[in-house]
Amino acid sequence: MNPEAIKDLVIKMADDELILGHRNSEWTGLGPVMEEDIAFSSMAQDKIGHAWALYQVLHEQLNGTDPDRFAFLRKENEYRCSQFVEMPNGSYDFSLMRHFLFDHAETVRYESLAASAFEPLKTLALKIRGELKYHTLHANAWVLQLSQAGEESHARMQQALNEAIGLALGIFEPSEHWEDELISGQIYPGEVALRQRWEERILPVLTQAGLSLPDLGRVEPIYGGRKGYHTVHLLPLLNEMSEVYKLDTEASW
Amino acid sequence: MSNDSLDPRVNRLKLGNAGEAVRVEEGENWNSYEVFHQEKRGAHHEHVGCVHAPNRELALIFAKEQFARRKKCVNLWVVRSADILAFDVEDEDMFANNAEKNYRDASGFKVMEKINKYKQSKK
Repeated sequence: MNPEAIKDLVIKMADDELILGHRNSEWTGLGPVMEEDIAFSSMAQDKIGHAWALYQVLHEQLNGTDPDRFAFLRKENEYRCSQFVEMPNGSYDFSLMRHFLFDHAETVRYESLAASAFEPLKTLALKIRGELKYHTLHANAWVLQLSQAGEESHARMQQALNEAIGLALGIFEPSEHWEDELISGQIYPGEVALRQRWEERILPVLTQAGLSLPDLGRVEPIYGGRKGYHTVHLLPLLNEMSEVYKLDTEASW
Repeated sequence: MSNDSLDPRVNRLKLGNAGEAVRVEEGENWNSYEVFHQEKRGAHHEHVGCVHAPNRELALIFAKEQFARRKKCVNLWVVRSADILAFDVEDEDMFANNAEKNYRDASGFKVMEKINKYKQSKK
């Protein structure tokens, strides 16, 4: 197996986790109620932890650089996160809907990696299974709660879903060069299969919530992030995230 | 009923005409739920605190990060605080003389003697 192919997969997964982890952490101290503030912040930390574990795999198994340097010192167009995760938080409805759509996508991806031929990913997938179970439980409960909490609440959740859906499909942007190789090498089942499994997960919850999922055949997926094309929102996030690290890149923490 | 407060536990009641019925919509007020934590399988669930939540599912979800993210935990219970029945504080005197009634203590049963005797016989 070409290590470049596996690197491509690991980097995009890690960057999604890092950037969304950072975004979600922006809610810390501002959450709607204390209990939710703690839960959401804690899950944001989990995401940073997943990113760190993946950067560690890159560093130790795939000849990569030090995780901190890799996370904080790349240029904007070297990040491979989807544009979905870099979008600003907006209101809590959008943040929750993104959390719901992303964490289900994350879950089907890691579930598939439990059968990966690449051992480090398999190990990580088994390790974080319980965390992801909690994340999707939390997301489902909120989507159901808010969609059934009156007319305005329902309308806002539907609006958030409509705004998020094209961006969410961008998570499944296929790898430019390595998709076939990764599939035939049984590293992972490929973006098309993952998207299919994801749709099967989110549809029952959205249906129960009384939200209508737009016809996904007609929604234009927002691609580009996996090739390094980002929105204007990523750079300010990166600057803020790496501000302290860049004060002294040689400091030991 | 409008709620001007950002805190969902507090309703700012708009008092209209006296005598006019005030209707509280379902879900308008969150409940508090008592949280019970189990450290290992088979152990008792112990009361650790409470959370506010709109329903018991979310109460359990909140409780997990609130009370089980640091120390060891294998299970949690949540119970709506309003479902707990307790004695009034003024009725504390019912318990006052318990300490004197040592004839109720299990120490009256000389079990250890029997156990020790049995152990001896097995040696």
